Amino acid sequence: MSVDLVLFGGLALVTILSALGMLFSRNAIYSALYLIFNFSTVAVFYLMLSAPFIALAQITVYAGAIMVLFLFVIMLLGAEQTGRTPPTWWMQPLALSLAGILILEAVYLIVTHRSSFPALQATIGDFGNPVQIGELMFSTYLLAFETIALLLLVAVIGAIFLSRGRKAR
Amino acid sequence: MVPIYTYIALSAVLFTLGALGVLIRRNAIIIFMSVELMLNAANLAFVAFARMHGGLSGQIFVFFVMAVAAAEVAVGLALIVKIFETKHSIDIDQMNMMKG
Repeated sequence: MSVDLVLFGGLALVTILSALGMLFSRNAIYSALYLIFNFSTVAVFYLMLSAPFIALAQITVYAGAIMVLFLFVIMLLGAEQTGRTPPTWWMQPLALSLAGILILEAVYLIVTHRSSFPALQATIGDFGNPVQIGELMFSTYLLAFETIALLLLVAVIGAIFLSRGRKAR
Repeated sequence: MVPIYTYIALSAVLFTLGALGVLIRRNAIIIFMSVELMLNAANLAFVAFARMHGGLSGQIFVFFVMAVAAAEVAVGLALIVKIFETKHSIDIDQMNMMKG
């Protein structure tokens, strides 16, 4: 058992447990905090996969901006209301059993077919550092970059428009 | 170095847990957070494959997925706040005005 495998196993356990904590927590704020924990663990996975820029982008964007926005809205709208039994009482057990079957099958299939994955290529130099990502993004993927900028502009316009008050026309 | 198939299996598990969250929970914000978990699982698969192939295209795609997720969260949360102003509830079982 190499150190890498132990490290991965521990982190994977933390990731899955925090995802489960997010799913089954009664309080919405606890769910958001569990998800922040999950995102930070996934950022550590990115570091193990030689993606330092993506790891820090994950912390900054996901854990730092998106989840803070979620927390603001949760605190604005109030915590989870513990509901009565929903009219579709069979949905929760059905979803749980189907998800369990899918998880078991997916993990089994991936592990038994692990020899069909290609071998690990060697990485060139500073793999995943911002200079390499910038060189690739502003040459090959320039159109996608500009489109993403346009998408963010549309999102800003949409958010401003949706949050207008009734009187401020 | 841990073999890449372990990362893919973990990504599959996280994605299924996200889909489970969308099905199980009735709070609209928790459902939204489960969608973010699904996007994160896909990101993990992308970065793992980028490492496996030794190319940076997977990481570039992850960058764009993060930007799309941020835009989606901004607009989606604005929508949820607007719905709450009208219905005074974010329980999705009560969002049935388009029924019938």
